[in-house]
Amino acid sequence: MASLKDLRNRIASVKATQKITKAMQMVAAAKLRRAQAAAEAARPYALRMNKVLANVGASAQGNPSASPLLIGNGRDKTHLLIVCTAERGLCGAFNSSIARLARDKAKSLMEEGKTVKIICVGKKGQDLLKRQFDKQIIDFIDLRGLKNISFADADGIGQKVIKLFGAGEFDVCTLFFSRFRSVIQQFPTGLQLIPAQIPQGDNVGTTSYTYEPDEEDILSTLLPRNISTQIYSALLENAASEQGARMSAMDNATRNAGEMIKKQTMQYNRTRQAMITKELIEIISGAEAL
Amino acid sequence: MATFSFELVSPERLLFSGEVNSVVVPGTEGTLTVLAQHEPFMTSIRPGIITITQADGHHEQHFIRGGFCDVASEGLTILAEQAIPVKDVSEDVLNHEVELAEAEFEASQNPEERRAAAEKLAQIIELRHIPLPW
Repeated sequence: MASLKDLRNRIASVKATQKITKAMQMVAAAKLRRAQAAAEAARPYALRMNKVLANVGASAQGNPSASPLLIGNGRDKTHLLIVCTAERGLCGAFNSSIARLARDKAKSLMEEGKTVKIICVGKKGQDLLKRQFDKQIIDFIDLRGLKNISFADADGIGQKVIKLFGAGEFDVCTLFFSRFRSVIQQFPTGLQLIPAQIPQGDNVGTTSYTYEPDEEDILSTLLPRNISTQIYSALLENAASEQGARMSAMDNATRNAGEMIKKQTMQYNRTRQAMITKELIEIISGAEAL
Repeated sequence: MATFSFELVSPERLLFSGEVNSVVVPGTEGTLTVLAQHEPFMTSIRPGIITITQADGHHEQHFIRGGFCDVASEGLTILAEQAIPVKDVSEDVLNHEVELAEAEFEASQNPEERRAAAEKLAQIIELRHIPLPW
């Protein structure tokens, strides 16, 4: 049986751990609020963008000379997966569930005989995918130094992707991230970026627009813009999801530590009582023997 | 005067939403004023200043760096690349914009890009010279 001193040490160390997890939970809660506000503030833009795209894109979709960003370049050979994860761990299954989704997709694509290329945004995703897909990872984008994600950061990634597409490096691009629903619910999602998925609007075709400059010119600026917007909102959703996941993971850890402390304190008290009883018996039986 | 609903959004947030009398928009092919009952219309925007006249006659101005203007039957939506209320625009902000545009110009490779970047640079420099009404 563990000695009293051992037990005391063990309780002290669990208590110290609990303090850390508690602090992390509170930090995550504060960050979550900010991340959530940022994600919500960015939503109107993405929404309007979708609406505009639905209006403009629907008419251009049937046109074979439309931008390849919209209708694809006609091939389906090389797939680019952009995997957005967190920079830090200790947030439950957040990183691994995104990585798993990307891994499954990559595997099934490779089984179909397609070429897969991966861009990792966030260090954890790279760590998780490196072992299996070392050759496929073509780039790694580090967001660690950034406190808040700005549109310019997402735009940088978008420009890079478009450049690769222009150079014929890939044919289809899919973005992986976690959609934020609530603190306890985040959904890992795969979203196809190129060719663009045109949302189905209600009033498609009913309004005839006048364009200035012409439709193609607008589309050629609108489509790259849309890719950056999608990446931006994915990064923001991801940031909120990460903090949410971390908060609930740390909440669990704090609770588990509490239970452990309770159990061990009980054991400590029992052991102490047993020792006292033992000593008393020794004294009494010693006195009786005289 | 008839009013219509107007929304100004940038990637970061929603800057303005409400009923307005008119909005002056710096389109790429020329400045235009949108009034109520405008026909469905879409244009890209050059860097410049949009002036909003609200239903109660108040004016509001925002500096925007490029974007799209979408006039539909339900109202006007401006998707700005970046939007700053004019009262927050200082010499430094504009200087920074000029630097950005210059960097873009330097980085451009084909003549088409170069022309577009040069145009943008010229537009921002021009903005620096007009006295802003604050």
